[in-house]
Amino acid sequence: MSDINSNIPEGELTSKWTKYKSSVPLVNPSNKRTIEVIIVGSGLAGASAAATLAEMGYKVKCFCFQDSPRRAHSIAAQGGINAAKNYQNDGDSVYRLFYDTIKGGDYRAREANVHRLAEVSANIIDQCVAQGVPLAREYGGLLDNRSFGGTQVQRTFYAAGQTGQQLLLGAYSALERQIGMGKVEMYTRHEMLEVVKIDGKARGIIARNLITGEIERHFGHAVVLGTGGYGNVFYLSTNAMGSNVTAAWKAHKQGAYFANPCYTQIHPTCIPVSGDHQSKLTLMSESLRNDGRIWVPKKKDDNRKASEIPEDERDYYLERRYPAFGNLVPRDVASRAAKERCDAGYGVGASKLAVYLDFKANTERYGRIEAAKAGNHNPDKETCMRLGTAVIKEKYGNLFDMYAQITGEDPYETPMRIYPAVHYTMGGLWVDYNLMTSVPGLYCTGEANFSDHGANRLGASALMQGLADGYFVLPYTIGAYLSKEISVKAIPTDHPAFVEAEARAKGILDTLINIKGTKSVDHFHKRLGHIMWEKCGMARNEKGLNEAIQEIRALRAEFWKDVRVPGTADELNTELEKAGRVADFIELGELMCIDALNRNESCGGHFREEYQTEEGEALRDDVNYAYVAAWEFKEGVNFELHKEELKFENIKVAQRSYK
Amino acid sequence: MSTGNMNLTLKVWRQKNNKTKGALVDYKLADISPDMSFLEMFDVLNEQLINKGDEPIVFDHDCREGICGMCSMFINGRPHGPKDLVTTCQLHMRSFKDGDTIVVEPWRAAAFPVVKDLTVDRSAFDRVIAAGGFISVNTGNAQDANNLPIPKMQADAAFEAAACIGCGACVATCKNASAMLFVSAKISQLALLPQGQPERYRRVQSMVAQMDAEGFGNCTNTGACEAECPKGISLENIARMNRDFASAKFISEETI
Repeated sequence: MSDINSNIPEGELTSKWTKYKSSVPLVNPSNKRTIEVIIVGSGLAGASAAATLAEMGYKVKCFCFQDSPRRAHSIAAQGGINAAKNYQNDGDSVYRLFYDTIKGGDYRAREANVHRLAEVSANIIDQCVAQGVPLAREYGGLLDNRSFGGTQVQRTFYAAGQTGQQLLLGAYSALERQIGMGKVEMYTRHEMLEVVKIDGKARGIIARNLITGEIERHFGHAVVLGTGGYGNVFYLSTNAMGSNVTAAWKAHKQGAYFANPCYTQIHPTCIPVSGDHQSKLTLMSESLRNDGRIWVPKKKDDNRKASEIPEDERDYYLERRYPAFGNLVPRDVASRAAKERCDAGYGVGASKLAVYLDFKANTERYGRIEAAKAGNHNPDKETCMRLGTAVIKEKYGNLFDMYAQITGEDPYETPMRIYPAVHYTMGGLWVDYNLMTSVPGLYCTGEANFSDHGANRLGASALMQGLADGYFVLPYTIGAYLSKEISVKAIPTDHPAFVEAEARAKGILDTLINIKGTKSVDHFHKRLGHIMWEKCGMARNEKGLNEAIQEIRALRAEFWKDVRVPGTADELNTELEKAGRVADFIELGELMCIDALNRNESCGGHFREEYQTEEGEALRDDVNYAYVAAWEFKEGVNFELHKEELKFENIKVAQRSYK
Repeated sequence: MSTGNMNLTLKVWRQKNNKTKGALVDYKLADISPDMSFLEMFDVLNEQLINKGDEPIVFDHDCREGICGMCSMFINGRPHGPKDLVTTCQLHMRSFKDGDTIVVEPWRAAAFPVVKDLTVDRSAFDRVIAAGGFISVNTGNAQDANNLPIPKMQADAAFEAAACIGCGACVATCKNASAMLFVSAKISQLALLPQGQPERYRRVQSMVAQMDAEGFGNCTNTGACEAECPKGISLENIARMNRDFASAKFISEETI
């Protein structure tokens, strides 16, 4: 049923990548010097690719909208990065990481891509350590690991609660080294507004200098988008305020298919919304589920304080429903279970939209171990709690501090209140095995593409994918394309295609400035977010999705009539930046609902209420929906569906069970 | 939109661009909730300005989780405001009182020119890192990570130095606008690790040279940087950098 070619190499799953990367055509060093590659985005996927391609000898230009490449939102990832190292001798292997990822993704990812990801995962850790990334260590001096959801091994490497920061600073330092050597030209505070296509191939971008407002044309033999996910379509998410879909969406409008847009990850452990003023949501790392137990009162509308509710009146519902994985079930399962309890009236806190994450039992356990180490084999409870708190502090101190700062409550004393929030988007630009989109010469890496996580991403796999793509996959696969481009001279940017693309970008900016309506950009963004959360959020149904599509179309019309963007286009104008991004989010929101409506099954993060088992678990339809939905943009705002069939030749497809 | 009951007077630095002069402008805000973050309070103010037809205040911010280092407000004479160990985005209005007057300015340093309103240009930091804040290892050259055991204490110390978010509060608070805490944190992280040894003395020299070229001031050991750093980066790093910088002078050319 496929009508698109994913270009997966022939051969055994386990040797595909090794064989392929040894046979990808190469570009000789003198030709590399004249080949220019544009990288948009400087997060893990962008910075690692920019540094590596420059090390290989290509001429690289890298763009980011922040004031420094070090600020990309990869920096906020907390918990860790997976790698099949088996350092803990607990039976881990490349196959097991591959299997866990396919299963965690609810059998909606490509086997070949995921296996490759698992294969290179170990190289990432080696590379980062060589760069001086200070990952956590044991007293013996070797690297430490912890557990994450959806697995039964300890394969997650970490640096306290700042793993993303440390990995990004590693990639950033590699990038800055190349910048210092003049091999990468860095454009900070620049936003990509168009892809330039010549004879069907991506040949450059139009970017706006956010300080001066100047529109710039940049040529590249190839363009790589490492521009992150689109969770901010929901307005409230754990994404950074500036995270946006614009680069990917402009590429989509130039012919790059958008795959599985409805696959959204709602993360189970975030700090609940506190009021209408809320501008973003804050994640409490999944690593906390290693030591935190999730519960709600057994009694409905129980208004007692957590400490006043005795043990036998607490419902540890994840441990009850999923004894094998307990509190470490995958994110989609944990989120839906929390929603189920709150919807049923067992929620806690003022809003009743929260559950407890309680560290008491494990604090006491750690305290007992510490006491024993000190020779006290019969410690009292108070001693246990005191010693255990020190252990918890070392493991999660920064997260506990952040929680206290935001909520004004002390999580060492009372359990945290948490609730699911939008965190990651598995969907993104469709790419083939080479990470090339459906536009030749246009590549997409990291969260911005759709490739490796199926319908649900496992914890600590985003950092793994971003760095795998940028350090170890794209630098090889892009050779397959660039080796055929060596005779192409740099195209002057007065070419009509550049002129036309610039006019398109300018046209949109001028229109936005000149609407001079009555409502702020945030006003529209919040309304869009509300529609998306209510009707295309943790649970979706046909009626709601149909309504959402109509509401979003009406909102789009209203936006283009009534948005107010103060100031001009030739200065630093943050409202103008936001307006362009929200305009794209509105179109994307519609496509997400269309995709969710098309997929008449539940899988991973996509839960259609009509399709569930008697126990309320996601019910897939493998006969009709074992495909990647890749949408093509059509004139107006219309979308045409293409399908890439998913073939499972090495894994037995089964109903996911974590019981 | 707001649900609280705090009334505030804000005095905010407005400056159109780096060619024009700026000034403090007064704004009154009512019904602010103590649960709002400081930046959410600014969102409310900006929404009001837009609705009135005025231009909103431009300020840098992104993750709003205290880790990206982008937010950079100088609040009542202190970078990131009155609370220790938090960034502006993690500061909440419960740290202020009803009726307070709050003065908000941009970072002020010759090496951080104002771009607009509360936004400054911190690209000098990137150039200091590009001068040597790395280990020269190309992708694909690494040995197995566990072939290089590193004592936990040493790894933890490197991590503590690496926790710097590059916000520039240290520069903003220093009377000399010195960047020694920022630069020394990166130098320390790499100097504490075995991977950082081959380039250790070359690194400290080139990074310090770039720091000076950017126009940052000298260190006179007042310790304001450490006191104001939202990530608690220690002054010990500056001492370590100074030791390495001095040592580099006495080490033969061949080893540098």
